[in-house]
Amino acid sequence: MTSWSAVVGSQCLSLHQGHLPTCLCVFQRMPAPIRLRELIRTIRTARTQAEEREMIQKECAAIRSSFREEDNTYRCRNVAKLLYMHMLGYPAHFGQLECLKLIASQKFTDKRIGYLGAMLLLDERQDVHLLMTNCIKNDLNHSTQYVQGLALCTLGCMGSSEMCRDLAGEVEKLLKTSNSYLRKKAALCAVHVIRKVPELMEMFLPATKNLLSEKNHGVLHTSVVLLTEMCERSPDMLSHFRKLVPQLVRILKNLIMSGYSPEHDVSGISDPFLQVRILRLLRILGRSDDDSSEAMNDILAQVATNTETSKNVGNAILYETVLTIMDIKSESGLRVLAINILGRFLLNNDKNIRYVALTSLLKTVQTDHNAVQRHRSTIVDCLKDLDVSIKRRAMELSFALVNGNNIRGMMKELLYFLDSCDPEFKADCASGVFLAAEKYAPSKRWHIDTIMRVLTTAGSYVRDDSVPNLIQLITNSVEMHAYTVQRLYKALLDDISQQPLVQVSSWCIGEYGDLLVSGQCEEEEPIQVTEDEVLDVLEGLLLSNLSTPVTRGYSLTAIMKLSTRFSSVNRIKKVVSVYGSSIDVELQQRAVEYNALFKKYDHMRPALLERMPIMEKTASNGPTEIVQTNGETEPSVPDTKHPPLVTQPANQANDLLDLLGGNDVVPVIQTTLPTKPASAGGELLDLLGDLSLSGGPAPAPVPSVPVSQPPFLLDGLSSQPLFTDIAAVIPPMTAYNKNGLKIEFTFERANPNPNIAVITIHATNTTEADMTEFVFQAAVPKTFQLQLLSPSSNIVPALNQGSITQIIRVLNPQKQQLRMRVKLTYTHKGLPVQDLAEVNNFPPQSWQ
Amino acid sequence: MQFMLLFSRQGKLRLQKWYVPQADKEKKKITRELVQTVLARKPKMCSFLEWRDLKVVYKRYASLYFCCAIEDQDNELITLEIIHRYVELLDKYFGSVCELDIIFNFEKAYFILDEFLLGGEAQETSKKNVLKAIEQADLLQEPRHEYFNVPVY
Repeated sequence: MTSWSAVVGSQCLSLHQGHLPTCLCVFQRMPAPIRLRELIRTIRTARTQAEEREMIQKECAAIRSSFREEDNTYRCRNVAKLLYMHMLGYPAHFGQLECLKLIASQKFTDKRIGYLGAMLLLDERQDVHLLMTNCIKNDLNHSTQYVQGLALCTLGCMGSSEMCRDLAGEVEKLLKTSNSYLRKKAALCAVHVIRKVPELMEMFLPATKNLLSEKNHGVLHTSVVLLTEMCERSPDMLSHFRKLVPQLVRILKNLIMSGYSPEHDVSGISDPFLQVRILRLLRILGRSDDDSSEAMNDILAQVATNTETSKNVGNAILYETVLTIMDIKSESGLRVLAINILGRFLLNNDKNIRYVALTSLLKTVQTDHNAVQRHRSTIVDCLKDLDVSIKRRAMELSFALVNGNNIRGMMKELLYFLDSCDPEFKADCASGVFLAAEKYAPSKRWHIDTIMRVLTTAGSYVRDDSVPNLIQLITNSVEMHAYTVQRLYKALLDDISQQPLVQVSSWCIGEYGDLLVSGQCEEEEPIQVTEDEVLDVLEGLLLSNLSTPVTRGYSLTAIMKLSTRFSSVNRIKKVVSVYGSSIDVELQQRAVEYNALFKKYDHMRPALLERMPIMEKTASNGPTEIVQTNGETEPSVPDTKHPPLVTQPANQANDLLDLLGGNDVVPVIQTTLPTKPASAGGELLDLLGDLSLSGGPAPAPVPSVPVSQPPFLLDGLSSQPLFTDIAAVIPPMTAYNKNGLKIEFTFERANPNPNIAVITIHATNTTEADMTEFVFQAAVPKTFQLQLLSPSSNIVPALNQGSITQIIRVLNPQKQQLRMRVKLTYTHKGLPVQDLAEVNNFPPQSWQ
Repeated sequence: MQFMLLFSRQGKLRLQKWYVPQADKEKKKITRELVQTVLARKPKMCSFLEWRDLKVVYKRYASLYFCCAIEDQDNELITLEIIHRYVELLDKYFGSVCELDIIFNFEKAYFILDEFLLGGEAQETSKKNVLKAIEQADLLQEPRHEYFNVPVY
């Protein structure tokens, strides 16, 4: 017999059936595709991933060719197999169109698998899915309700916005049918349509009219879901549906009061799913409405008190009830009832119940604080729970409940929790402790102790920004300084691995090291420690592998500070110079600058390294800013990570030197680079060259020394308005008065340095024309130092209509008689004018 | 409900029902991560966990984990009841259901789920009605007489 490769086995068979009733012809034909269960069984025998992959590939190839042959009979079987392989993780996209063909088939079996395939393999991202629309439309109108059901289900599960738009009308029709099987599905399908295309919500409104009069629980349940969706989305719908509250209350009441209904019973409770949904809808309806809230008050109380709590299902209803009570405008008695339910939940053996209780309490702790407080001890006990989520909630809730009255007890529990909790909690817990301590600390000592406890037990988890915050806190507790530094020192002796602790400790030792060695602690037994021991510890930090670069910076600065508090300066000098060649650039820079401080600017060292003033907090979480209490003594910034010593641009540095230089500093005059715009300094050079006052040779330009000076000193002096000197009232004088230009000097003493005179010049113009491009320059004898600040403008308005003011500062350490030469240049009536003058009539008080 | 996953103790997926559109790649990623997270949970832990911005409710029945991702406003405790109801339906249909039933008859597990939930919400709260509908639909499936009573698929 010839072998036929049959295209379709059935065709061949029917051919033979006609002629050969007992056909025993043996011919080759395409074997029927392997059955689904057979395939599953086969694949499960694979021992390795590779073996499985091979089987799958083979089968996929067979399926592919079967699809190519347009085999109607086995399409269903092949797609089913494809879906199985898809679940295993293999690609199945080539089956998408086949699903559509199945959906279009007349056979229910085909449709069932086809729709399933569509839901699994297709989504709205593929254009292919739109081809379903027509099929679905037809099936929505099918004579068999189960086919209609398939269509509704698919549309409600994965319908895209376009599909929803096209088919909304059909869904709406089905929502009005009397067939409850279809009505319930249509309701949920409508929910999906509304979620995808909110504008279509209106069209479903008429159909909702009698939904709640249904007896069928399925329809009731899905109707409530639909109403909930509509009310959540539209305030208008919400007001419209408020009138349903009485009906909903009635339905709920029937559910509770009615006898045993086997069909809907779950552990003795009648249709808990429906009860929960109704409660949720009531929540939304009663939310901001007094009348509705009142109408549901009784039923809520009834549910809250009568629901069986032995099983999860009863607690599910109670949970929903509590959420509703807390969200609507319920009376206080009801609210207390709700919180008490939550309190009882906390004692429940079932951890799930404890979990939802804590979640709900967290939501209500702000609004019903006192009621929640009553359950504080139970909440605190939950800190010891084994479940991570419960612990976290208990921790959050505990922090929310801390107040001035319970701070000591709560903190004890929370610190204990901090000791033993998982690392993932430690950072949050530490921050929480700091915040709570700050708000409610009963005493400064308690506060410091609490901080110490956190730093020693969870020191490495503490957030970076807490280090400056803590330092700020410590400086504020002036009377505790000795105690604090002692405790921190002792902590360092124990453990130097926790960086935040080490950083805070180093800073404190640097700051209060003198208190440490003097042995004057009031709060506890003072320890005996020598300067060398302290320096040993700090140097140890520098050398230790455990210390981060930041920490090393802290300790070096601390060591440096101790040079003004300890007597072992030589040792400190040695340390500092060693680190001048450190590989760490940051450390090296600090060491070099400190070195320079020792060598060249030793006279400034005491002032620079003086005790810090109390820092004021400007923002609760941000870095604290130092308040400039006086312009001269405090150089550091609170964030000691960034060294307060910054190289200043040459001008300012030199001016600074000039002002504070004192006797042994040669006034340094900066080089005037040709590109530099003429500044007061530059002119000064010229002027000094002209002046015959000083006997010596014109000072040669000296390269500016990069002076490590903090910007604050200068800024403090220049940006602030002139200090009003309380004591000295120096009479003003007229320095110059010529050609209509009058220049007056007014005086103030720079507080507190009496060697600095602050002069404000006032230039006025009595002529009828403005004096423009006005520049005032001044020079003083060698023993004086001068600083000229920017003028208010460079136009002196005509006819005394205004003036230019400018500030001059003169340092006169030798208290010599003040003399000044001034140079004026301006343009008047289009012509340049220049004049030189000497000012000798300074009142004695300005320089004595 | 955003999605429901059924998986074995070894992390093999047995059923996945998605009620929100997701790319295939994303589905795989979510599945992988969530399965890992749930399998890592200890027995003493509660059935709820926060995952991304969703609440996840899971429960183990014998060798299968039933895992649902719900939204913020959804009630976790009633979701546990939903899961339980589904298991009861499977149990009634298959007669003492076990994981193998769901492996070999996965399409039926889907059909039953689709008669119980629609768009992530319960469409029928009566166990009896769901099972009746499945029964009727099963009867509609065309038996195949062509190939010596070859079963459907």
